[in-house]
Amino acid sequence: MPQTQVPTSVTEDGTTTVAELRSVSKRFGDVPALEKFDLVIPKARITVLLGPNGAGKTTAIRLVTGALSPTEGTISVFGTTPDGPDGENVRRRCGVVSAKPSLYDRLSGYDNLRYAAELYGLGPKTAADLRIREAAAQFGIDDALGQEVGGYSTGMKTRLALARAVLHEPELLLLDEPTSGLDPESALAVLAMVREMTATGRTVLMCTHLLAEAEGLADEVVVIQRGTTLVSGNPTDLAHYYWPQPEVTITTSEPGRLADVAALPGVRRVDSVDGGVRLELDAVSRTPEIVRALASSGVPIDSVVPYRPSLEDLYLAVRRDLGSQQDEDGVRPMPTGGQLTTSPPTLVDATVGR
Amino acid sequence: MTATTRRHSSLDWGRVWTVARTDLQQLAQARDFWLPMTLLGSFFFVFIPAILLLTITRIGDVQVVDQVADTLAVLPASAQEQIRGDSPEGRTGYALAVFLFAPVAVIVPLTISTAVGAATIVGERERGTGEFLAHSPAAAREIYLGKLLASLLPGYGTVVVGFGLYSILVNLTVGPEVGGWFFPTQQWWVMILWVLPPFLAICLSLVLRLSARVSSTAAAQQASGLISLPLIMVAYSQSTGALFGAGILPVVIGGVAWVLAAFSLTRGVRSVTRSRLLGVGRNM
Repeated sequence: MPQTQVPTSVTEDGTTTVAELRSVSKRFGDVPALEKFDLVIPKARITVLLGPNGAGKTTAIRLVTGALSPTEGTISVFGTTPDGPDGENVRRRCGVVSAKPSLYDRLSGYDNLRYAAELYGLGPKTAADLRIREAAAQFGIDDALGQEVGGYSTGMKTRLALARAVLHEPELLLLDEPTSGLDPESALAVLAMVREMTATGRTVLMCTHLLAEAEGLADEVVVIQRGTTLVSGNPTDLAHYYWPQPEVTITTSEPGRLADVAALPGVRRVDSVDGGVRLELDAVSRTPEIVRALASSGVPIDSVVPYRPSLEDLYLAVRRDLGSQQDEDGVRPMPTGGQLTTSPPTLVDATVGR
Repeated sequence: MTATTRRHSSLDWGRVWTVARTDLQQLAQARDFWLPMTLLGSFFFVFIPAILLLTITRIGDVQVVDQVADTLAVLPASAQEQIRGDSPEGRTGYALAVFLFAPVAVIVPLTISTAVGAATIVGERERGTGEFLAHSPAAAREIYLGKLLASLLPGYGTVVVGFGLYSILVNLTVGPEVGGWFFPTQQWWVMILWVLPPFLAICLSLVLRLSARVSSTAAAQQASGLISLPLIMVAYSQSTGALFGAGILPVVIGGVAWVLAAFSLTRGVRSVTRSRLLGVGRNM
């Protein structure tokens, strides 16, 4: 059932958001799952919640749909509280793929989808059937709809779970490690499908602990550790934050002849890499003159490549800063509070960073 | 949103039925469950009565008839007055069919429904499908009522089918001895339609509460046995009393049971929460 796509909230910088979690804590008895956790999910973007196992990613998804209530803090999804009286409307507008596919093995693929169609109120049987076929075809699982799900491969189950999640055409898709257990080829196919879904204006929150998975997919990144937001923002802004100066990698067949490169004008730092050096410059416009200087001194240059940090680099930079903070203070930093923006990047703990 | 006041929205019976039907559909696929349960029903409703009644009415085993006739002497006077038939075989067969097989109608549905109910919520958790339900728009009480229906229908359905077969059996075996078809009697109708359902509901409300709290299906099955056995005994005694009693007594017994069932079901609704479907938090 198509939902009216209504903007729910607009932040100070004008971004339309679908969901906001502010200073949310969730404890199970004495065990904290989230502590002062902040998250903003902007509309029609892919937000990737990145963190190691046990960081609190799944709990965050459960709080967004109202499946769990927070111990402290405020949550607003589509402008309402998901665990309140209007929670049903929130869940109607969300589609969830959990880490385990959560499918009924004894039922056929069709019956699994039919169950969801009825719970989500997809209307008359013929209309629901049509939508079931469409969703199944979208994920290439339509030929197997008649089979018992217990006989499906892991990849087929994930595809069916994705088809079930989009069956009611939700505005917000919540994907919890959607490629878990898949072979690389199937994982890539699933990620491509996720990308396709945002092309139609759908909002996605995806949890993962795999950096490669988030690479190229994330419009926004939220790094979470031990239930607390460490850093959030779009990858470009985050990269600018951690690598404010341009960097280029120069490779040569004679790396030994690059010993004096640090003395060239504009070079701020030199790191050795395999077959060459990575230079931090005061401006990217310095690159041609550095190349000319090296060439005139007879260095055989193989390549000059601007350095673009990957998400893995970014994640490691965040962790590295946390590590240095830990060394200085003698305690593991657990940032608290913080402001929420989607751009520029927000380091939740002001002491973390370069 | 830390302290949430929940407003009760209207119940969507369509969703209740969807939850129940899907559970029943899965049960139908589970041959390892329904085959033993069908045998149990057949055993109590058909095989044992058939052997006993045929032994008495057709074979005319005098020793057996005498033994059963001695037993009939302990029945209340009101019950003895209702026994029809001129021959000892006929009277004995009538008494067996109407009075002594009453527990059958209690033991079978309670056993079947308890077995289904014990696994229903904890099973969702164990399979990981509780996650799907927890994120779905279905209200917790719709899920609870769906699970209740899915547990109640197999047990009560077995009674309806078994009762039908039993009726045909006793009419064919004992009927000729007592002047024609006589079963079901009025007391049996009252017991099946008025006394048994609330006892089934009471038992299931307790079993579902248990199923929502325990950590595994095995634990649920064991613990539900502790609940259902005393209830079976109470239901047995009350249903027997309803059969033996005359006039308004069975109606009163059923009425009290319905009140208790309504109370127990109302309390039981709270046992199904989204966090329990997910298998997180305390008081699992």
